Amino acid sequence: MDEATRLVELIPRLRRYARALVGDRATADDLVQDTLERAWAKLHLYRRGTDLRAWLFTVMHNVHVNRVRAARAVDSLDDEMPELAQRGTQSDGLLVRDLDRAISRLPADQRAVLLLVTLEEMSYEEVARTLGIPIGTVMSRLSRAREKLRAMMLGQPPAAKLKLVK
Amino acid sequence: MSDQPITEADLQAYVDGRLPEERYKAVEAWLATRPEESERIAAYRRLAHEVRSAYETMLSEPVPPRLAHAASRRGQWRRAAAVAGWIALGIAIGGPAGWHVRPERTVTQAVPDPAVFARRAAVAHATYSPEVRHPVEVGADDEQHLVNWLSKRLGVKVRAPKLDDAGMSLVGGRLLPGENGPVAQFMYQSQNGRRLTLYVRTEASRNRETAFRYARENNVGVFYWIDREVGYALASADLSREELLRLANLVYKQLES
Repeated sequence: MDEATRLVELIPRLRRYARALVGDRATADDLVQDTLERAWAKLHLYRRGTDLRAWLFTVMHNVHVNRVRAARAVDSLDDEMPELAQRGTQSDGLLVRDLDRAISRLPADQRAVLLLVTLEEMSYEEVARTLGIPIGTVMSRLSRAREKLRAMMLGQPPAAKLKLVK
Repeated sequence: MSDQPITEADLQAYVDGRLPEERYKAVEAWLATRPEESERIAAYRRLAHEVRSAYETMLSEPVPPRLAHAASRRGQWRRAAAVAGWIALGIAIGGPAGWHVRPERTVTQAVPDPAVFARRAAVAHATYSPEVRHPVEVGADDEQHLVNWLSKRLGVKVRAPKLDDAGMSLVGGRLLPGENGPVAQFMYQSQNGRRLTLYVRTEASRNRETAFRYARENNVGVFYWIDREVGYALASADLSREELLRLANLVYKQLES
């Protein structure tokens, strides 16, 4: 199977991850589109026979980091502009909304690890390669992300309960 | 072996079902005597399941056409789209004025990206500069708002250069769709109604710089250049090449980052 066919097959997974990562559909699809275009431009860097999925998620990670950086650069100009309306949330269920909110409040690097492990069910080695970080960092980010998510879904600050134990 | 201490990494791998059988049993035994830890790990498993089911529908949704296109034969698709857009505009606005579209050239030959850029700027100029009542979306009287809005949408700091000394005053600006995202267009006008537009887009590769290039698309002259992350094209149907070059120099000096 050639790369183009596999690329098309992977779009739903890219969309799912992007949707969870950025919190709304329109932005997620923009991210996927940028990723696909970047992937085409960089396809010569992909080594045939290696894991195309991992490579694509690496491309998406880099595109996402650049987009976030660019958005942050103009945030300071934003004093009088109203926030962009949150899109796509009405059609999603309550659980998605709560999870979205909680996931969006995780630090970006923890969020990426959590979603690659949970949604993509990548091994820790794959996550480390995809994000270009050591495996120990994957484990600590995963652990912190899970604890924060748990605390948010329970409505209490992380580890507060442990501190209160006398 | 199972007498090794249970680490946090073991617990995470337990949640993800990534432990070898023996280790898995060791963790289970360890958790059995620790209700708080056991509760915490159960919550992680529940959350993982919830996260998966929350976004599961994304896998069965039909892929939006724009993404399918981006994934397959990107080059052909983008060229075809550019040509289709150009032909449509040629028919819509250029046709009666006798513009000549040469699809044989654009279809058979890969058009270098900068040429597409100049053409898009020319088309945008030809589309909006004849407008009497709605040449811009946001007027120059609200310049700060205009600039903030366009900067926000493009994701880079955008400024409207001051060309009053050269006899061109800012009319305002608008947001346009581009190949790689939103594009900004500023419009200027002289006292006798000659118009000039500055087309601003973000560049995919951020480290390029080019010299001024000139292109003429139908009756629209365009000077265009790339300054790292931003591409600029200054277009006018009313100015000579020399006048346009002088203005391009002014714009370049003011916007140099």
